[in-house]
Amino acid sequence: MNINLTLFGQLVSFLFFVWFCKKFVWTAIINAMEERQKKIADGLDAADRASRDLELAQEKATERLKEAKQEAASILEQANKRANQIVGEAKEQARAEGDRLKAAAQAEIEQDVNRAKEELRKRVAVLALAGAEKILQANIDESANRALVDKLAAEL
Amino acid sequence: MAGDTQQTGTEYIQHHLTNLTYGQHPENGWSFAHNAQEAAEMGFMAVNVDSLGWSFGLGVIFLLLFRWAANRATTGVPSGWQNFVEMMVEFVDGVVKDSFHGRNPWIAPMALTIFVWVFLMNLMDLVPVDVIPWLMLQAGVHFQKIVPSTDPNITLGMALAVFGMIIYYSIKVKGVGGFLGELTLQPFSAKNPVVQAVFIPINLALELVGLLAKPFSLGLRLFGNMYAGEMIFILIAMMYSAGWVLGTFGGALQLGWAIFHILIITLQAFIFMVLTVVYLSMAHEDH
Repeated sequence: MNINLTLFGQLVSFLFFVWFCKKFVWTAIINAMEERQKKIADGLDAADRASRDLELAQEKATERLKEAKQEAASILEQANKRANQIVGEAKEQARAEGDRLKAAAQAEIEQDVNRAKEELRKRVAVLALAGAEKILQANIDESANRALVDKLAAEL
Repeated sequence: MAGDTQQTGTEYIQHHLTNLTYGQHPENGWSFAHNAQEAAEMGFMAVNVDSLGWSFGLGVIFLLLFRWAANRATTGVPSGWQNFVEMMVEFVDGVVKDSFHGRNPWIAPMALTIFVWVFLMNLMDLVPVDVIPWLMLQAGVHFQKIVPSTDPNITLGMALAVFGMIIYYSIKVKGVGGFLGELTLQPFSAKNPVVQAVFIPINLALELVGLLAKPFSLGLRLFGNMYAGEMIFILIAMMYSAGWVLGTFGGALQLGWAIFHILIITLQAFIFMVLTVVYLSMAHEDH
């Protein structure tokens, strides 16, 4: 219970321990804790940012999808229209071709008929002339009667 | 009981309250004191080897354990011992931030040192009072007080260091004039210079008492609480030699007192730390 040099021994060791604690213990631990705090805060920030980015990306993706659908629909519509057009054109062409062919055929038929008629008329004239020659029994002057026979043939 | 069955109760108590003292005896020269009277005769030129040894050893243990954690301190996930150390550091840092408003990087590590070190010194109180003195007796050492904070040298030594820091920071922050002004110009002050001159010695007397009371109250509070607690442990230990009924009762008492003491040792360490921080905060405040 006597006050003696122990007092100063304790005083000096106390000051030494405080110095040691500050120098080698406190600073390292406090720094590590503060750094960790910052790291956690940064991490939380990054997570927030990432979730915001994700939301944005999802929105963008949805928009893109909608656009693509619309585009596809419009392409499909155009294609349908074009197909209809092509079919319509083809029909028109076919009808025109048919008409043209029909007209050509008719013209040819008419020509043939005319030609046949002409032939027939010629034959009738020859036949009529021969018949008349036979009837008359005499060889009449062909050139004198030719006009008469032609006139008869034209009336047929 | 401490070996010797022929001891009387008084001798037993006195034996437990005597430090192992090494010092300059007027007759024997530098030697270990053989009894309390010789230790007293050594006067100031003596060292309580047990108090200082346990105190220094506990301080080294504290610093090594915390240094170990500080070495491994990373920004990664902490675990185990590092968790505990960080918890202590954060707790002390919070206390210092609450009551210390200046800017001084030394206050917080000092508060941590005080809290943990004083707590460890107080913790020695929970070791049954006879165990280590008996072991030491087998080794031929006659006196051993293992609770450093029951030695007024230890508590007053720390309080004096705190007192020195109070004076140092008062002068550093306020200047010599500011510090002297704080001691002489309040609480009483007057506009009339003559009346003020009369007030100066009164103020000085009041403020000096207040200033000097700080280290003494700080040191003696810790010493008183620990000394009383130790004394009760010693008194309870005396019951062990009084038959098995009283001995069993003493065992129950010791258990109860030890459990209650866990609160006291923590509280006293905390009070020592907080008061130190508060005193130093006052030293930093400029009026």
